[in-house]
Amino acid sequence: MSKSNLTRRGLLKTGAVAGAGVALPTYLSAAGHTGFTNAPEGNTVTLGFNVPQSGPYADEGADELRAYELAVEHLNGEGDGGMMGTFSSKALQGNGILGKKVEYVTGDTQTKSDAARASAKSMIEKDGAVMITGGSSSGVAVAVQALCQEAGIIFMAGLTHSNDTTGKDKRANGFRHFFNSYMSGAALAPVLANAYGTDRKAYHLTADYNWGYTTEEAIRSSTEAMGWETVAAVKTPLAQGDFSSYIAPVLQSGADTLVLNHYGGDMVNSLTNAVQFGLRDKQVNGKNFEIVVPLYSRLMAKGAGANVKGIFGSTNWHWSLQDEGSKAFVKSFGTKYGFPPSQAAHTCYVQTLLYADAVERAGSFAPCAVVEALEGFEFDGMGNGPTLYRAEDHQCFKDVLVVKGKENPTSEFDILEIVEITPVAQVTYEPDHPQFAGGALGDCNNGA
Amino acid sequence: MDAILLQVLNGLDKGSAYALIALGLTLIFGTLGVVNFAHGALFMIGAFCAVTLSRLLTLSHEVIDETRTDFLGNPLKVDVPYLYDIFGETAGAAIIDWAVPLSILFAIPVMILIGVVMERGLIKHFYKRPHADQILVTFGLAIVLQEIIKYYYGANPIPTPAPAAFTGSFDFGALIGFEPNTIIYPYWRLVYFAFAALIIGAVFAFLQFTTFGMVVRAGMADRETVGLLGINIDKRFTIMFGLAAAVAGLAGVMYTPINSPNYHMGMDFLVLSFVVVVVGGMGSLPGAVLAGFLLGILESFASMREVIDLIPGINQVIIYLVAIIILLTRPRGLMGRKGVMED
Amino acid sequence: MFGLEKKDRSLLILVALLTIFAPFILNPFPEGSAMAQFNAGYPDLMQRFVIFGIFAIGFNILFGLTGYLSFGHAAFLGVGSYAAVWMFKLLSMNVVPAIVLAVVMSGLFALLIGYISLRRSGIYFSILTLAFAQMMFALAYSVLTPITGGETGLQLALDDPRILDGAGASAGNIPVPSLFGLEMRDSADLVLGSWVFTFNIGYYFCAVIMLLAFYLSIRIFRSPFGMMLRAIKSNQQRLNYTGLNPKPYTLAAFVISGMYAGLAGALMASMDPLAGAERMFWTASGEVVLMTILGGAGTLIGPVLGAGMIKYMENIISKINSDILHGWFAFLPDGLEDFVVTIIYPFIGKGWHLTLGLIFMAVVIFLPGGLVEGGQRLAALFRRKKTSTDDGSPAKTEPAE
Repeated sequence: MSKSNLTRRGLLKTGAVAGAGVALPTYLSAAGHTGFTNAPEGNTVTLGFNVPQSGPYADEGADELRAYELAVEHLNGEGDGGMMGTFSSKALQGNGILGKKVEYVTGDTQTKSDAARASAKSMIEKDGAVMITGGSSSGVAVAVQALCQEAGIIFMAGLTHSNDTTGKDKRANGFRHFFNSYMSGAALAPVLANAYGTDRKAYHLTADYNWGYTTEEAIRSSTEAMGWETVAAVKTPLAQGDFSSYIAPVLQSGADTLVLNHYGGDMVNSLTNAVQFGLRDKQVNGKNFEIVVPLYSRLMAKGAGANVKGIFGSTNWHWSLQDEGSKAFVKSFGTKYGFPPSQAAHTCYVQTLLYADAVERAGSFAPCAVVEALEGFEFDGMGNGPTLYRAEDHQCFKDVLVVKGKENPTSEFDILEIVEITPVAQVTYEPDHPQFAGGALGDCNNGA
Repeated sequence: MDAILLQVLNGLDKGSAYALIALGLTLIFGTLGVVNFAHGALFMIGAFCAVTLSRLLTLSHEVIDETRTDFLGNPLKVDVPYLYDIFGETAGAAIIDWAVPLSILFAIPVMILIGVVMERGLIKHFYKRPHADQILVTFGLAIVLQEIIKYYYGANPIPTPAPAAFTGSFDFGALIGFEPNTIIYPYWRLVYFAFAALIIGAVFAFLQFTTFGMVVRAGMADRETVGLLGINIDKRFTIMFGLAAAVAGLAGVMYTPINSPNYHMGMDFLVLSFVVVVVGGMGSLPGAVLAGFLLGILESFASMREVIDLIPGINQVIIYLVAIIILLTRPRGLMGRKGVMED
Repeated sequence: MFGLEKKDRSLLILVALLTIFAPFILNPFPEGSAMAQFNAGYPDLMQRFVIFGIFAIGFNILFGLTGYLSFGHAAFLGVGSYAAVWMFKLLSMNVVPAIVLAVVMSGLFALLIGYISLRRSGIYFSILTLAFAQMMFALAYSVLTPITGGETGLQLALDDPRILDGAGASAGNIPVPSLFGLEMRDSADLVLGSWVFTFNIGYYFCAVIMLLAFYLSIRIFRSPFGMMLRAIKSNQQRLNYTGLNPKPYTLAAFVISGMYAGLAGALMASMDPLAGAERMFWTASGEVVLMTILGGAGTLIGPVLGAGMIKYMENIISKINSDILHGWFAFLPDGLEDFVVTIIYPFIGKGWHLTLGLIFMAVVIFLPGGLVEGGQRLAALFRRKKTSTDDGSPAKTEPAE
């Protein structure tokens, strides 16, 4: 039995031949016709936006969806074009992708790998999506990326920060624009050393799953290289509501810095608890006690209210950046929705444009052609300065932002201020770096 | 020693939340025989009463500040709460600062109303139905309630800080002769503990010392006989449901400064509170309270670094492990009565 | 035939026909039409229907017959999935050894957990099963990451040994699960005018297994063993007084239903080779309880209907977005269109949970016997009309067993 997992959309259009076959099952071997899964026929192309719409990250997912809708608008030549005007590659013309109007389908990942895969599968099998993108956690990104690899679909990761996505779980059909744990560590450590000195005793609280592990490892190794000492690292259960029993012993340990390797709701809770316990008013070892949050999500940090003031962290992008690309995107997004975009929205928007651009340059929707066009692609004007899509692991290399909770916010969006834009050279690592060891890209898969 | 004392304090605090939720759940179990999967949602709605009140208090009108700009470069619109206009900025800000404690007054009538409407409109039709049907209908209700909250308030946690007077922590250790900074404890958590103790005491006193409570206790023991005596037990059960809802809601209100509320916090507590109730023993109010504090304290112990190093993952499973051990050694939980929900 | 009574036989044949023609039945709307959104006849969802059908059928053997409400059944589904994926990694991409090991492993876990939990009854039993499942979930998600893959789930990798398949069979790409060379993901399409029907090998493989599982469950329901289980449900005490020890029977039912769950887990992994810890979370256990009650606990076909209903909501309703809504109602005048979309919008897409919750409530309020009762009422209605021998008495709801 030859490969024939073609889905209906592609088929319908090739189906002119088959249309007459009423009684005969039209058994098509796609290879002879299109060569890849869900090849868009006719004058439209369908993209799949798979974002969390229920569960704790639903608001982040909603922001991603807004960015996708904006990107589709711009690709189809509506609206003000956003970053298409500042993007260094000029292949996109505002007439869809390769002249085909962009349409999209949406799904709910529920931030569960199973549900995310079910949703992605229905996009591939039912809706004929040729590319899947989105998501707000690494578990989902890794799971959907593997699925897309099997199906022969391109996956453009949304928000995923774990090293594993482009480390041990990397796949040839998957691409990540977002930064990762290693980069957070590399960018944060010098800033922390600068602000808090090189003689610090750190206490880590780490979310007890993959992303937490890679983040703790990254922050530990980069801060220890600066001279910090790690007093203890304690794993905290998933969705622990109340972190008091983890926070309370911190002072007894003699640590003078607390690193919260938590994301989203966990980060909001652990940070709120830490501030409640008055850690930041304390003096330990003759120094002010400090708290660090390696990965900030502005959208969710809002939930911690005033507690984030003065706390360092890193982020992929922030709306207050003043380069042309960021300004164009913020203007476009802000005009349409009335508030500035989040980093999740930014990375999703950029990923969509990058995909479309790669298809244009490759002249084909075939995944292998797109992979080739994206590998080693250098671009600028997308808000993060000159950026490279590295061929070896499909990770974007670009500047990383170190941010701090703002002391005097002027609005509910004005929560973080940029402390430093860490240049890309400082966060670049070798593809075989130990934190990314294991796994292989494999070959690109055209499916069908 | 100080480390253990610290975790006892933490455990008491965690335990107060568990005990309060389990108390309400047991009231409904015990008096009405209904498995109420919407009880977590009531806790969540209580928390959102606090959010709603602080939103109401900060209702604002926009004033354009020409000197500053917003993210698009337009003049910045600054929200000025109406309270500032009415009471002046200092007094207005003070009222807003006290939004959470004020929410108690707001939440009590709201929660009782919700409880009574729930019981009259839905639950009372399910007294004679199998437990499975009760689970399905209350679970459906819980989903509906939480989706409504999500629709209006979004999915992100919403900060609801305690009044400034209660922020920060005090050095409990120094007070009793330990070295400074070994046992620190946030003020608000002490408030929460005291509040929980007060509510639990009030509920027990109410059931123990009032005629109403006596009838309800009698109804819990033998509903039929009480009915035959010509006492309108239904009406009292409605009130009990309202009371249970209010207890859950108040637990939610006071919990908001500890963890910023979000729409799924009820579901997060639901399973845990069922475990607490069952470990305490079905139909036993003291059992529920005892189990709440016990599990809270054990959970705190299990999260100590030394313990985790010894048994990795113990902090993930401690509550369930304890539940299994207790249920295997004491067939009806800590203080359960024979025959309640055993078939 | 098959050793079944006439009524059961017609039920089995009906179910068989429904599953065989599911690709047609589930795709009633022509491709490209506005209603195509409601088509469910694509491989992944059809597979889910039958797999969760198996899960629910198995759960019903325990809950429907003995009345023991397990709140941790998803744990066995998870065990089955992990066992199957490990077989794919270590031994072969053939689904047969994976399914066999999954059923055996879940049976062993069920034996252990059942043996301990069945020492209690009622809600105490439910909480014991819940506690075991939650412990398994928490450990699988965190400390057992080397075995379970943790957050990202257990996945296949290029460099897995796959002893039986031999090296090099998979240059560059990970092979896919198959049944002696028949790849589970292969499909054939039938184009009839503007309709497209997909026939997927994986689906038919699952469907055959579901029919077998369904047949087995009918036999269990009708057997002396099934009678014994029902006796446990109706009055355990009386059973004790007659000198019978109900425990071995309940335990057997528990293990059988655990093995059904393991089978479902193995099939999930065979259709999509990934095993995530979320499969064991309490909400997943709760879901199968809801499926069974929604469809009609204690009935043969109910759990399958309930499973289909919930999975349909999750996969179809959640994908409708405001754009699609606007497309549907584009024929209305602008103001009215926006109004209608605003009304419907909260219930679809990200609001699919709301719709699900409302359906739970509606079913349990208006159809106390679950969806099966709804079907019976409908049938009774038609029958009455046809024969017009209505004696005025309300339609009797007989148990659809």
